[in-house]
Formats: sequence, C-alpha cells, structure tokens
Amino acid sequence: MNFPKELKYSRSHEWVLYEQGGTVRIGITDYAQKELGDLVFVNLPEEGDPVTAGEALGDVESVKAVSDIYSPVTGTVIEINEELLDAPQKINEDPYGAWFIRVENVTGTEELLDAAAYEAFTKEEKQ
Amino acid sequence: MELKTPLYDTHVKYGGKIVPFAGYLLPVQYESGVIREHQAVRTGCGLFDVSHMGEITCIGPDALANLNRMMTNDFAGMYDGQARYSPMCHENGGVVDDLIVYKIRDDHYFIVVNAANKDKDFAWMKEHMAGDAVFTDISDTVGQLALQGPRAKEILLKLTDEELLPKKYYSCNPHAKAAEIPCVISKTGYTGEDGYELYMAADRAAEMWEALMEAGKEEGLIPCGLGARDTLRLEAAMPLYGHEMDETVTPFEAGLGFAVKMAKEDFIGKAALAEQKAPKRVRVGLKVTGRGIIREHQPVFAGARQIGMTTSGTHAPQLGYPIAMALVNAEDATTGTAIEAEVRGRRVSAEIVPLPFYKKKK
Repeated sequence: MNFPKELKYSRSHEWVLYEQGGTVRIGITDYAQKELGDLVFVNLPEEGDPVTAGEALGDVESVKAVSDIYSPVTGTVIEINEELLDAPQKINEDPYGAWFIRVENVTGTEELLDAAAYEAFTKEEKQ
Repeated sequence: MELKTPLYDTHVKYGGKIVPFAGYLLPVQYESGVIREHQAVRTGCGLFDVSHMGEITCIGPDALANLNRMMTNDFAGMYDGQARYSPMCHENGGVVDDLIVYKIRDDHYFIVVNAANKDKDFAWMKEHMAGDAVFTDISDTVGQLALQGPRAKEILLKLTDEELLPKKYYSCNPHAKAAEIPCVISKTGYTGEDGYELYMAADRAAEMWEALMEAGKEEGLIPCGLGARDTLRLEAAMPLYGHEMDETVTPFEAGLGFAVKMAKEDFIGKAALAEQKAPKRVRVGLKVTGRGIIREHQPVFAGARQIGMTTSGTHAPQLGYPIAMALVNAEDATTGTAIEAEVRGRRVSAEIVPLPFYKKKK
C-alpha cells in the first residue's frame, strides 16, 4: 500500500496536500479505497460551500454501502473535481491523483498525521 | 458466534474479505472486487460458496402430501430430478421462506432453504407434518457451490461426463460425480445466467472448489463473494427473503404468483391468499434517472404522496446505472411512472420499469 510522504493524513482516512498560496487539496487514501471496494458514486459539495474539520464534506458509495467522507480542514470550497462525478472508479485506480475538493481560507484542521504515523495507524486499525 | 462453512480456510487463502452473514462468516468479495466478479459471471464464469444455505430432506410415503400442504406450489407430477421453486406461507399468507424442492424419487425430496431461516423452517416443517414422512435437517453435512456464467458448462465438462449433467433448467442429477467426488449437480442458480449448483459432502467441498478453480483457469474462472451474488440477483430481479418478501408480505405482492397454485387442494395460507389475488401493493423495478443510489428501506414518493418502500437497491454493474426494487401501491405501479425515493434526506428521481432489469441473451 502507498503512503506518499508529501501528504498529511487524517484518522478518518482522508489525505491533505498543502498547495502554494495556502489552499489545500483533499482526497481519500489508498487504504480507504481498498477498504471501501469498487466505488460507483460520489457526492461532493459545491464551490463556495463551507466545510468544517471533522464533519462530512460528502459521501462515496460502493456497490454495497454508502460512507461519509470527512473534511480534515475548516474552510471554503473553491473547486471540486467534477471528473469524479462521472468516473468514481478513478478513486480506486489512483487515490492520490483523484482529489475530491480544493479548499481556501483554511482556519483549522483535524490533527493530521505524517505518512509514517498514518501507515502505523492503518496497521493498528486493521487488527 | 458466527459459524464457518467448510470453505472458510479456502476463502481466506483466496483473499476473501470476510464478513458475518446469516450467522456465517463468508466472503463479501475477493481481491478482484464486486464489479469484476459480477462481470465474470455475466461474460465468463464465477464460483460461489453457498454452503450456508440449508438443506432438509423429506422422506416417506406421505412426503408429497406434506410438501403440497406446506407450500404454495404444486409438486405433483414432477419427474425424478426435477426442481421447483416455492414460497412457504403462514395461515395469513405472509411468507415463512422461499425455497427449492428437488424430487429425488417418489418418496424422497430434497429442500434447499435460506440460511437465515433454516432453523425456523425446519421447526415449521416438523410442527406441520402429518402422516408417514420424516423431515431431516442435513445442512451441516452438505457443502454447496454455485458455478455460474456462460462458460460454466465447458468448465464442468473437464471434471465430469456430459451424460451426467442435467439438461433442463430447474433439474438435477442426484447421482452425479465431478472430479471423482460424488455430488448432486443441479441446473439452477441465483444470478440470471446459465450455470450449475453442486451439492456434495461438506468434507469434500474444499476439494471440489480447488478442482473447479483449476479446471476453469483458461476460462478465467474467479471466486465471487456475497456482494456479486446480491448485484447479480438484483439485476435479474430475483427476490431475496427479508427484502422483497417476509412474514408481512404475501407471494402475490412479491410477484411470485406463478408459484402459488390456487387450484390444488388446501394448503397453509390458501384461504388468506384467495382474498388477496389482486394485491393492494406490488413489487416493481426502479431505474434511477437522477443522481444517487437508492438502497433498501427507503420511502418512495409520487410527488408529495408516499406510495411505497424500496426493498433492495444497488448500482447495477452490467447495466451501468443504479436500480432498486420496491413494494408500491398497485394503482401507482404503472411502468414509466416517475417517482422519487428519499435517500438520506435527499430526493433521488427514478422511473418504474419492467422486471427483470437484465435478461441473458438466448
């Protein structure tokens, strides 16, 4: 399983990429997509919507079930990845390329882990 | 505590993602994932462990009379090896379970029931039996595999002879052999594709599984879990007990009237069913036209008015769009009607469509 070093991770299995200019990009981890299985539907917020750290920003549905995706940060959505709406399988194929949303005016975050700490966390959770 | 089927270790070995289901630990999927498993069955072949299903024998001179009184279908006139689907009802017409009865010979029938209802069914049969017949629950001694898909036959032919295979849909050879293992080979399934179900001694089920996996290598046979079993049966609009029917739903409401023989002598539930031949609510298919996936137990609306509830729903991998089944008021069940389902506080639009959603090419 893949844990890129340049990313930060939440305990609810989202990744965060800090971009230049203070915006962040958010997606779900390789571990999360494997646990969820084949994804067939994504529900995203809209541009301009507020998101709050620790609260649902949208959901993903596998063939079997629906799961909330939690925002690791508090801020305002400036862009959503519309490609995912028509091709949710991209999340399974390339979880770190298939970002969900970009957020600006970030005023707070969940406690985020680095790659090594997140990898250790997934191993604990698996047991 | 959950039980293990005789194939539990095999599932772990093949990378099955194990979940509890109907009191058993079973794989919901393997490494290929639900969608590829589903497609394998539609285009090639898939192998399922269905050993959790219950098997009950009914033996004795009064076997037929007992089955005909307990169940809604008519088992008279069946040939040896023939199989027949039937609901089994309460006096009020609600469904105890739906099952398959195989005739082995005149005084010997083999009944396959849902795992979750096995104990209830067996108790029900013993309580309602009369005359000279014995019901025996042999579930723990039987393993069951389902080999499903257009290439099932060519795979099975590598392990057995053509003359040992049942020819007709809904028939079996009770005295077959595959990979040198004695078994019942039945031309049945729960996927909407051609295929076979094999019953063998529980302690030989793992050996049969391995023989089939080896035989199906060239044909791309892959193991399939409960996830694909559910999406396949849903596309084929096959009802599942606990969803499309239960003790509060009659076979007529569930669209199973073809398996209720009102012309035969008295049977349990007949009087109640006679009054409900034109049911107030019926099972319909829904095709999602909006955005979202409709799942079970979601209210269905025509405008502001609730007309029913969904019973099952999923993304249909072969069709490429989400589908659901629902029980709705009979007067609102017209094909083409635009409806909405309430999904987690949000309305998702859908349309009533004819069942089945998917039908295999002849």
